[in-house]
Amino acid sequence: MTKQVKQLDRVIIRFAGDSGDGMQLTGDRFTQESAVFGNDLVTLPNFPAEIRAPQGTLPGVSSFQVHFADHDILTAGDAPDVLVAMNPAALRANLGDLPKGATIIVDSHDFTARNLTKAGYTANPLEDDSLAEFALHTVDLTGMTVEAVKQFGLSRKDAARAKNMFALGLLSWMYGRPIESTIAFLTKRFAKVADIRDANITAFKAGWNFGETTETFVVSYEIKPAPMAAGTYRNITGNLALSYGLVASSVQSGLPVFLGSYPITPASDILHELSKHKSFGVTTFQAEDEIAGIGAAIGAAFAGSLGVTTTSGPGIALKSEAIGLAVMTELPLLVIDVQRGGPSTGLPTKTEQADLLQAMFGRNGEAPVPIVAPQSPGDCFDAVLEATRIAVTYRTPVLLLSDGYLANGSEPWKIPDIDDLPAIDPDFATAANHALQDGESDFWPYLRDETTLARPWAIPGTPGLEHRIGGLEKGDGHGNISYDPANHDFMVRTRQAKVDRIADSLPPLEVDDPDGEAKVLVLGWGSTYGPIGAGCRRVRKAGYRVAQVHLRHLNPFPKDLGEILSRYDKVLIPEMNLGQLSMLIRARYLVDAVGYNHVRGLPLKAADLAVAIGNLVAEAEGIDVDLTSTPVAEEANK
Amino acid sequence: MTPTSTGTEELPFPGLRSGVEGVPTNEEPQTGKEYTSDQEVRWCPGCGDYAVLKAVQGFLPQLGLRRENIVFVSGIGCSSRFPYYLDTYGMHSIHGRAPSIATGIATAREDLSVWVVTGDGDALSIGGNHLIHALRRNVNMTILLFNNRIYGLTKGQYSPTSEAGKITKSTPMGSVDHPFNPVSLALGAEGSFVARTIDSDRKHLTSVLSAAAAHRGPSFVEIYQNCPIFNDGAFDAIKNNDTMADAIIPLVHGEPIRFGMLDESGNQTKGLVRDPATGGVKVAEIADVGHDALLVHDAHNPDPTMAFAISRLTDSGYLNQSPIGIFRQVERPTYDDQARGQISSAREAAPGTPTQRLAGLIGGGDTWTVV
Repeated sequence: MTKQVKQLDRVIIRFAGDSGDGMQLTGDRFTQESAVFGNDLVTLPNFPAEIRAPQGTLPGVSSFQVHFADHDILTAGDAPDVLVAMNPAALRANLGDLPKGATIIVDSHDFTARNLTKAGYTANPLEDDSLAEFALHTVDLTGMTVEAVKQFGLSRKDAARAKNMFALGLLSWMYGRPIESTIAFLTKRFAKVADIRDANITAFKAGWNFGETTETFVVSYEIKPAPMAAGTYRNITGNLALSYGLVASSVQSGLPVFLGSYPITPASDILHELSKHKSFGVTTFQAEDEIAGIGAAIGAAFAGSLGVTTTSGPGIALKSEAIGLAVMTELPLLVIDVQRGGPSTGLPTKTEQADLLQAMFGRNGEAPVPIVAPQSPGDCFDAVLEATRIAVTYRTPVLLLSDGYLANGSEPWKIPDIDDLPAIDPDFATAANHALQDGESDFWPYLRDETTLARPWAIPGTPGLEHRIGGLEKGDGHGNISYDPANHDFMVRTRQAKVDRIADSLPPLEVDDPDGEAKVLVLGWGSTYGPIGAGCRRVRKAGYRVAQVHLRHLNPFPKDLGEILSRYDKVLIPEMNLGQLSMLIRARYLVDAVGYNHVRGLPLKAADLAVAIGNLVAEAEGIDVDLTSTPVAEEANK
Repeated sequence: MTPTSTGTEELPFPGLRSGVEGVPTNEEPQTGKEYTSDQEVRWCPGCGDYAVLKAVQGFLPQLGLRRENIVFVSGIGCSSRFPYYLDTYGMHSIHGRAPSIATGIATAREDLSVWVVTGDGDALSIGGNHLIHALRRNVNMTILLFNNRIYGLTKGQYSPTSEAGKITKSTPMGSVDHPFNPVSLALGAEGSFVARTIDSDRKHLTSVLSAAAAHRGPSFVEIYQNCPIFNDGAFDAIKNNDTMADAIIPLVHGEPIRFGMLDESGNQTKGLVRDPATGGVKVAEIADVGHDALLVHDAHNPDPTMAFAISRLTDSGYLNQSPIGIFRQVERPTYDDQARGQISSAREAAPGTPTQRLAGLIGGGDTWTVV
């Protein structure tokens, strides 16, 4: 039978199943195949905090969404074109996100009365016409998998576990994915258990062959590789890019990384990854608690390491006092917050960016801390290098705000040339810097560099520079304890001035305003870069004007931000919080910024954001804005 | 090459590593004055901290390390001002966290001699978690816990070592908290070196410091320290010449444990024996049990049970009796040595320069090239 091949420019697929069904692995493999094929892509894993929630229930559903295209895309997509559902709960939990006409592939095997009840179905949706508006494919994935791997003599349970690979094979066929990388992956992963390895590979191939031979699927699709800048690429998640960025920071500064960390979702993967890189001199210390994690990192920084602590929002709350100590002792330190839904334990596995004000102000006293935020998974690499530059140059703790979406989401990443990475000079103090009245020379730990206001970093083992630092207020210059009122006022202002001076070292902001005529500016930070960019594209495709600026530095703000804000009639600030950047911008620049705020534990949706932008454009320009009337609107999510 | 200390001859375990091995030594003799910073000491007149400071400033020159390779870390409290008065590297950190900061320093740098100065509130209350984990991990540092059984810097509240019933500013009807016995706690936390000494007994204090510095691992030293302002006289029974013989149970490795007033023939009258009724240890009259029944102190016993039993002879109320000396001194691999060991073996196994290896790392995995 000859099958039809249809050209598409982009597809959004969501794999959904039970937490134990291996959906994250399935999605990840499909992503890798697409990456190797050369599509642009963005992924969105979504899983429960429970490791194995009760099987077959709605809370136990785990999913992985991948958006891949023949052109540059910015988000994991608002609504899936294809849903692969391994059981009734996975169908029910995800159905609401599907547009009419979407394709649904279900594993009919698990649609038993018991599982239907668990998922809250009173009737089997595969048998009534409730799914009539979708292109439904009912396939006994489990049954065919068990049949395909019979020869390996596995238990029925073990045999059925390979069903995710059968599904992956089928989808790989449908979208013309290259399969070699997955076969190589399975061969390596199960190298020690031959029967499991062979069963998975067999199931994967059987899924592919099923697609090719069955009459259930008459069409396969082709999504051509996306044009990308020349270079070598890999697919990368935010946490991996962040870990690599830390190793690169170490190599570029010559400082060994010392990571003090306590396991916490969604930051733990950084601890896991860095623990593999001891050959770079990386020490990973799994502390007894969050406070000990940062405490040890501060100690290591005092001793001359690149001190790093990684955590999420609840951990930052616990580390606050120690961050204040690093502010007072003016030691270089990286504090990495992979934000998740809050407050309190909140939504451990879901994304949010509601720790900005905590990062900005969450300490006693006037304790300014520079803040840096990556905007995409791959950008985590560069953001860490920038945070290291600031920490080492200005002798200060730096907060890096990633989030759950960046941490686990992935995108193709152009592997940088090592020669292009910035060099970072620790510039350790080696000699006395102050002449005493009696002519003797002395070391003053709080004598500052005139340009940066940074103090010298003199590490133990350096003769003649013995000194004491601590949390008590320092006398200007000599650094001894001082309770003098005028000195305290001076030191508080100086610590603030030092952070403010970082702005002198920042490049001008990039303003994306194609014809320079926009009246509305969309300002964002962190992982909202993708949805904001996609939302702006939709508005522009529909024929309207909008400008976009995305902040990497949240403290201090770049020097030209105020002037840029003043150029626009309206400023929209989309955030996954209730308006934290808005508050800072309004306070600092007296700009009547408009917020667009969602705290759903999920990335913002480009389509909804486009509507919000459109409304503001209508208001600012006194025109009617209709994003749907333009024929190209459909194509706009690029 | 800078000479570094080996110090193994001082160790009770020949062939094993000293706590200061790897730390550069000083060839010139040093003086206490060199270790004295230019800062005015600001403890209350009569505070026991002065005596400990003097003893440490007297001891460090004997240790013979390079001054720049010594780091003192403290938390918060009266005793935690200690680093300011020593001309070494130092950090006066935040309440209770000194062991965690010291863990970072000790793990990052083998060539540093790391000391923690803390108090009963700092180490046992707000910082209890860090203390027990530094002990169980066996991080190479010396922890001096100044125990005055009161909160001094906050002006006189009861502490986690204050006796039950104590009347303080925050307990006008008497404390209803049961106190910690710091030595029992350290032994329970698997401390590999656990000792107790007294601020006013400089000779004993210095001998314990010497053994503590030689021990590779966390050397936990509880120092009874009098607070003349808020808890004056807390240790009078063990300091007063009339009562100390009955109050101090001296622990010397390899010696029978005996103490008490001398009899007519000049022999001590009391000693420690096993108590078959409880499985623990009790005080007995030597005249009743005979000399051979006395326990011989074995600080090197890998099993901490007997050391723990001895620690329980410390009064939890007003201190009329307390064992003093080195309870436990055993060797096990330190956290920091092993962490550094893993790094060096990983480094040795990895070819190429760091830059080459970085390129290999970030360029690994499934890649594709766009031309």
